[in-house]
Amino acid sequence: MLGGEGRRQPLVWERAASLNFSLFFPWFGLDIGGTLVKLVYFEPKDITAEEEEEEVENLKSIRKYLTSNVAYGSTGIRDVHLELKDLTLCGRKGNLHFIRFPTHDMPAFIQMGSEKHFSSLHTTLCATGGGAYKFEQDFRTMGDLQLCKLDELDCLIKGVLYIDSVGFNGRSECYYFENPTDAERCQKLPFNLENPYPLLLVNIGSGVSILAVYSKENYKRVTGTSLGGGTFFGLCCLLTGCSTFEEALEMASHGDSTKVDKLVRDIYGGDYERFGLPGWAVASSFGNMMSKEKRESVSKEDLARATLVTITNNIGSIARMCALNENINRVVFVGNFLRINTISMRLLAYALDYWSKGQLKALFLEHEGYFGAVGALLELLGSA
Amino acid sequence: MPMRPSKEWVAIKMAERGGRGSGGHGSLDKSITLPPDEIFRNLENAKRFAIDIGGSLTKLAYYSTVQHKVARVRSFDHSGKDIEHEPLYEISVQEEITARLHFIKFENTYIETCLDFIKDHLVNTETKVIKATGGGAYKFKDLIEKKLGLKVDKEDVMTCLIKGCNFVLKNIPHEVFAYQKDSDTEFRFQTNHPNIFPYLLVNIGSGVSIVKVETEDKFEWIGGSSIGGGTFWGLGALLTKTKKFDELLQLASKGQHTNVDMLVKDVYGGAYQTLGLSGNLIASSFGKSTTADKEFSKEDMAKSLLHMISNDIGQLACLYAKLHNLDKIYFGGFFIRGHPVTMRTITYSINFFSKGEVQALFLRHEGYLGAIGAFLKGAEQDNPNQYSWGENYAGSSGLMSTSPDVFPMQRTRSGTFDMFEMDRLERPLVNLPLLKDPSTYIPDTVDLTDDAMARKYWLTCFEEALDGVAKRAAASQPDSIDASERAEKFRQKYWNKLQTLRQQPFAYGTLTVRSLLDTREHCLNEFNFPDPYSKVKQKENGIALKCFQSVIESLDSLGWEERQFALVKGLLAGNVFDWGAKAVSDVLESEPQFGFEEAKSKLQERPWLEDSYSQWLERLKEGPPHKCALIFADNSGIDIILGVFPFVRELLSRGTEVILACNSGPALNDVTYSESLIVTERIAAMDPVIQSALREEKLLLVQTGSSSPCLDLSRLDKGLAVLVRERETDLVIIEGMGRAIHTNYYAALKCESLKLAVIKNSWLADRLGGKIFSVIFKYEVPCK
Repeated sequence: MLGGEGRRQPLVWERAASLNFSLFFPWFGLDIGGTLVKLVYFEPKDITAEEEEEEVENLKSIRKYLTSNVAYGSTGIRDVHLELKDLTLCGRKGNLHFIRFPTHDMPAFIQMGSEKHFSSLHTTLCATGGGAYKFEQDFRTMGDLQLCKLDELDCLIKGVLYIDSVGFNGRSECYYFENPTDAERCQKLPFNLENPYPLLLVNIGSGVSILAVYSKENYKRVTGTSLGGGTFFGLCCLLTGCSTFEEALEMASHGDSTKVDKLVRDIYGGDYERFGLPGWAVASSFGNMMSKEKRESVSKEDLARATLVTITNNIGSIARMCALNENINRVVFVGNFLRINTISMRLLAYALDYWSKGQLKALFLEHEGYFGAVGALLELLGSA
Repeated sequence: MPMRPSKEWVAIKMAERGGRGSGGHGSLDKSITLPPDEIFRNLENAKRFAIDIGGSLTKLAYYSTVQHKVARVRSFDHSGKDIEHEPLYEISVQEEITARLHFIKFENTYIETCLDFIKDHLVNTETKVIKATGGGAYKFKDLIEKKLGLKVDKEDVMTCLIKGCNFVLKNIPHEVFAYQKDSDTEFRFQTNHPNIFPYLLVNIGSGVSIVKVETEDKFEWIGGSSIGGGTFWGLGALLTKTKKFDELLQLASKGQHTNVDMLVKDVYGGAYQTLGLSGNLIASSFGKSTTADKEFSKEDMAKSLLHMISNDIGQLACLYAKLHNLDKIYFGGFFIRGHPVTMRTITYSINFFSKGEVQALFLRHEGYLGAIGAFLKGAEQDNPNQYSWGENYAGSSGLMSTSPDVFPMQRTRSGTFDMFEMDRLERPLVNLPLLKDPSTYIPDTVDLTDDAMARKYWLTCFEEALDGVAKRAAASQPDSIDASERAEKFRQKYWNKLQTLRQQPFAYGTLTVRSLLDTREHCLNEFNFPDPYSKVKQKENGIALKCFQSVIESLDSLGWEERQFALVKGLLAGNVFDWGAKAVSDVLESEPQFGFEEAKSKLQERPWLEDSYSQWLERLKEGPPHKCALIFADNSGIDIILGVFPFVRELLSRGTEVILACNSGPALNDVTYSESLIVTERIAAMDPVIQSALREEKLLLVQTGSSSPCLDLSRLDKGLAVLVRERETDLVIIEGMGRAIHTNYYAALKCESLKLAVIKNSWLADRLGGKIFSVIFKYEVPCK
């Protein structure tokens, strides 16, 4: 997201009802972004027979619906591989499910909530992300639901710290790449984020927000950029006619960006030694497309790849400059732009390492885009 | 030489038509405005070529000498002659050779035609090498070597760029401007700071280079970005199927980015209040085009792309500026090239990301930096950096607005041939050491780019006076056969300049009365009218000298206090005699003594419009004599001889040393340094006070380094500055409308100053709240 540095202003928490509320099931956390809605659902596995009997029909139906499917409607998807098993939350044991669907299906979601009589349940729906504000009215009028709106940066940081602390089913949540540009030797390795501060948190959704985090409570938004996941996907749709993010990434994985971009070596015949610029560096993104002949000779895959590389490198540059200005050397990249997007992750890892001469380290988290939603759930449970 | 389209002209015309692919029958291509021999001027003596070939524009630079006429004055040997009936001194017109830098910018399409033209006109040059820079230097290397027979010597692009940038920052007043949207004056020109370093140069070519410049020779590439002009062009061409850069910008200026971009309010339904992010901020560029089934307009996509790239560059530039603790960022490169849309978006971005702490600055001659730098590399043995240079307004096209909607004609012209000329000044120019704050000193009192009413008035005023000036110029050279032809050319040229300035007041920096006057002087010189007033001045000096003694006698007969007032009145009355006061000078020719008296009687009675005479008198009475006074003289004749000299004489008698500064070159009827030498010599012969002061070096004559009827205290002859410091000058006297009102009215000095003038223009008098012949007497003491 485009934006300057912002010290945070105090928040007005909007708690819907009494605190006891949070102990009633179902436990949801919702993050409504510009492109995607992220939903986390805690499925209690320690339900006693007694409880089961008492469980109202509506609640049961929701639980069954969510846990017995991996796809909802035509666009909702449960990321089964991310499921956190046997988690203890507020004294309850259960599994944490990660579900996403496009923001433009929000009305249908609210409709479904209404049909399943969600409002009859004794729970609060905690939501963060811009959509918590945008759809608040719809939730109220269509679904008879009062949203508890939460600040997205608070939720993001809470979520990151929590998930990292519980780990990923016994594995490390945080990882990095060794030898990121070498296809043979490139290795994804666990990273111990036990002492996380200070860290630069780069959240790449449709746009990008960059936060400097000094402690659980002390953080600031350093800046943001409008060149994010939405830009990659949006440009790909225009340039290649693709219609899904997955399709765009698939195309990109088969393309060659050097046909589209003008490299330093295209201009100088090799390295530009005077400035210490290697020949392989991109001098001008899409620079070759100034020529008609070259425009006619590139494939859609090449264009998708170039778009991906352009956006990724730019995020890397801005993140690197922020890290330098803030004097922080660990940069954690999160957000759904990185989902199934190893190309970008490796590129970020390499760019940060190369341009900082090894001073900066790029870190990634397994649950990429779900931290806001997790943070919202945690808020529901009173930061249990 | 008769004006006939040469074969080259025809060739260029053909190229132009072909290049544009216009198929219109019979209609003349209006973009042809200049035949090439008016573009590649002074080629006969050209040497030291340099060329900068960019992606679409070629910039050619050469050094040449210009032979032009100068008026020289020489004292006669008067010994034993009857001086009563001889003119005071002899005026001769001589040929002088001065150095000039020529820069020409044209589209790459014309490169072959232009090289042919140059080849045909290059006579006996000793030049063997041409310095070349820019991305296209490779591509055209063979062509240049073949056509010109010169060896191409490549220079590093960035080194040239920075050399050029330093050069214009130091030498060209009003080179730098900030761009302001939605303001009467889009271009806010900056005062030249005496110390230009350190700064950040962000060059937006196909990619972006960010360079930190610390000294003349020390610069460092600190970063860059691949998202630049090439991205706008390349991606823009893919998205909109529009091939040309300029057309893409045109599309962008008509588009609505909100149809393509996802804004904060699209995500939040409003502003993101906790962070204070406005709802209109872009959350995700192209975030709304994430669909295969919707069509987006070319204009909207181009606009969105422009915003995306400008914001990104601005953000990175700010991050680098912050990291290196710099607050000045100059932008250059083809992405900028004077395009209002890109300057606007970049400025917006820099303001946004730096919260107003960093300023986005642009350069009037941005397009020439590489060529200037390459030229300087090749001319190191001529030491161009040792001299001061001045922009020649007559030979330079000026900054054209490239906004296609506003000035379609100018855009086309700037797209074809654009010229920039700099004259080498004989002497280096520096700040007056007595300026209170050189970095905030602005010579001009009224900014005509800002003040539309004043602009209209003065432009009309200069237009109306033009016929008279042309006539006087022709009349000043009665023996020359082509004088009236040249005078007509002068009239045409200056008229065209005035029309350009009506349309684009920012063409040569801030428009001021001074720049209008200077432009006229440059145009007169261009057509070999070096000093149209030389004869008038000669006559007036002769007449005034005859009255000197009687004026002194009558002054000496007065009591001290009466005399002080009479001296000031004399100074003011003398100032009535300038080119505008025709009524007075008619009288003068028949009855000089009477004319002087009549002028005195025309003066406003005290209290004057601006009147601190009492404080001045008090100062003379109570304070110790000044150590040294610096006087900037104005007109020849009565003014200098009967006004200034008696005043000088009084100062000398008080024990105050006097530095009398006159213009180096002629402007209107202002007294020149060489005239002042003769006049002083003649006065010394009559007056023992002046004579001994000269002998004892208590009266010193210096030149200002200027040929302007106005006065820029930040560009004065180095010798003057040295002397001012040596003599511990503690009083500055500035006389005349041009020097004390049009300029320097608000100038703050470190020492006491007197600014005096008679307002001989009723509009200006009205503006200042007075009437014609109102008196300004401004005595200022700096606050401790």
